[in-house]
Amino acid sequence: MEQRRTQTGLNIPALVQSAGYPRLIITAFLLALMVYAAVLDLPIGQLVSSILVRFGMNGILVLAMIPSIQSGTGPNFGISLGIVCGLVAATLSIELDLVGLAAFFFAVAVSAILGSLVGYVYGLLLNRVKGQEMTVGTYTGFSVVSLMCVFWLMAPYKSPEMIWPYGGEGLRVTITLQNRFDKVLNELLAFDVVGVRIPTGLLIFLAICCALMWVFLRTKTGMAMLAVGSNPRFAASSGINVDKFRLVGTVLSTVLGAVGIVVYAQSYGFLQLYTAPLYMPFFAVASILIGGASIKHATIMQALVGTFLFQALLVVALPVANEAIANNLSEVIRIILSNGMILYALTRKEAGGDLG
Amino acid sequence: MKTLLPESVRSKVEASLARFLIRNAVPILFTVLCLVGSYYARLPLKFLLNDIIVRMARNSFLVISLIIPVLAGLGLNFGIVLGAMAGQIAVITVTYWEIGGITGFLLSMLLALPYAILFGWLTGILFNRAKGKEMIAGLILGFFANGLYQLVFLFFVGTIIPFRNEYMLLSTGIGLRNTVNLKGVHYALDNLLKVGVMGLNIPVATFASIVLLCLAIRFLFKTKLGQEFRSVGQNRYVAEVSGINVDRVRIIAVIFSTVLAAWGQLIFLQNIGTLNTYGSHVQVGTFAVAALLIGGATVSRATVGQALLGTFLFHLLFIISPLAGKNMMGSAQVGEYFRVFVAYGVIGVALALHAWQNIAKKS
Repeated sequence: MEQRRTQTGLNIPALVQSAGYPRLIITAFLLALMVYAAVLDLPIGQLVSSILVRFGMNGILVLAMIPSIQSGTGPNFGISLGIVCGLVAATLSIELDLVGLAAFFFAVAVSAILGSLVGYVYGLLLNRVKGQEMTVGTYTGFSVVSLMCVFWLMAPYKSPEMIWPYGGEGLRVTITLQNRFDKVLNELLAFDVVGVRIPTGLLIFLAICCALMWVFLRTKTGMAMLAVGSNPRFAASSGINVDKFRLVGTVLSTVLGAVGIVVYAQSYGFLQLYTAPLYMPFFAVASILIGGASIKHATIMQALVGTFLFQALLVVALPVANEAIANNLSEVIRIILSNGMILYALTRKEAGGDLG
Repeated sequence: MKTLLPESVRSKVEASLARFLIRNAVPILFTVLCLVGSYYARLPLKFLLNDIIVRMARNSFLVISLIIPVLAGLGLNFGIVLGAMAGQIAVITVTYWEIGGITGFLLSMLLALPYAILFGWLTGILFNRAKGKEMIAGLILGFFANGLYQLVFLFFVGTIIPFRNEYMLLSTGIGLRNTVNLKGVHYALDNLLKVGVMGLNIPVATFASIVLLCLAIRFLFKTKLGQEFRSVGQNRYVAEVSGINVDRVRIIAVIFSTVLAAWGQLIFLQNIGTLNTYGSHVQVGTFAVAALLIGGATVSRATVGQALLGTFLFHLLFIISPLAGKNMMGSAQVGEYFRVFVAYGVIGVALALHAWQNIAKKS
């Protein structure tokens, strides 16, 4: 009896979540935009290709939200810590003059190592500020990004591709990856179907990450982490070390953020340094929330659906907005949509848990 | 026995000294930082003083606008960005009507009032729905509102909103320009009464309005409403039980803050003289919060004195850090980034300490 009651108690909100209003509205809006795009005679094939690419390049950054949400530290607003690690790794691979897939995988490996170190320290911090992880995380991210600006200015990099050609100080603001690992994943095994270019390598990489996450969440460690996230007091009373598994979640999230930005950069073709990572966390957080996650519960499916909807909306909205009204509207829509979504999630009433 | 007494007195003195140092660790640290920075910046004292007077005059009001929500238990109100927007809407309107001088300035204060009350009310409702998460909600609300603000001023002005002024609109006739010249209200308040003392220019009227605000806040906390703010701030549940409508009091606190921020932004803008349409308000919350915290305030405790001291130290740091960076590290850019890091870092540390203390208190 008791168990059954808790089960239905969990299922009803879960059902409401899975088909919540935001997703219905966004999907409807997206479809309307698609139809409008067709009416305007925009190249649908190109739009779909571009949706796939942006889905793949943002996917891992959004996936990084799952371990942090599920371990009970909430959406990782400090993911910029991971992003910065990824950027350092990518610049190192250029400095060492690596090219192609070697450069890419070197960057991924180094970013994972840096990410786990930074994530560990960040996790220790988050364990001391329970209940305020989001605010503290945001400002930790902000301050580390601005501190890294000093690093980019002072770091003794030598590669002519990264420093200013005529004796400016520090690294360039954007570094092109053209001769490095620009689109190495996107073009790996890529093929065309009815005018749509499928970025096979990119999607496979994302799929592998999702599969690893899926497996991890079913291991003993993963299960313990879920228990800690869903009810820390219960987990503690059944002998699980709450702080330890929150730490695991934070490390994993930071590592995924670090790897995520490398994947993002190879698809985008540029490394964006200095203040570029400042607002990235908000878009990653918004993506998973759009997918139906709350600040206490998130699944891989929600991450994927959210990334897809958000990116598709932006891809389709941009040319439609350009044709119909004015340029720049897409950026404004992105700001309103993503922050509106986070606000919605923050004001949602949720039962149980300590976060708040 | 004889030796016990002086020893206990001495230990008491030591303890209170230690408490003083711990309590004021942040302002002391920043005073040291400012002194070292000033030494390396090698700026002439008169220039430094004039600059700091200007910055105190234009920023203090905004920083003080944060105090009421802190005392009412809402934490640092990052939502004052919406107040700044209300102020900007008013100043844009006044500039469009071409009403200048002190009349224009007072009119813009009046015009900002309904917007600020509305925004504050909405912010308050949001904060009540996100209790315990007010700060992150306020921060995100600022971003969200900035999106709406851009939507209105980039796309609605000139289309839905009838607005014809080629000096203010973009060349397409739709959307406001990135910078709007506020020559009408420029120095409207500052030049109302300006006194030169030993080569220092003091905008007396502006400082008078700041002093007036300080006194008003002192008075407010002696009234019944002020006491309600305090009791809600100390303990929401106890306040609720003792018959205070907590949600209502919280909303009023936010409205006060938003209105003051709107006026604060107007004081800021009349001094600057140009409106950066899409940028002037963005950092208002961060900088004001950082200034307040540097003055030694915490998430749950803030005084007018801390606000003023913090404004002074924060802006002193702002003036000296590019030059200090250049002279110490050989790069002005380093100083620029460093001061941004300080602003964000001090907020992060203050929030972390607050959360830490709360956990320690609970256990």
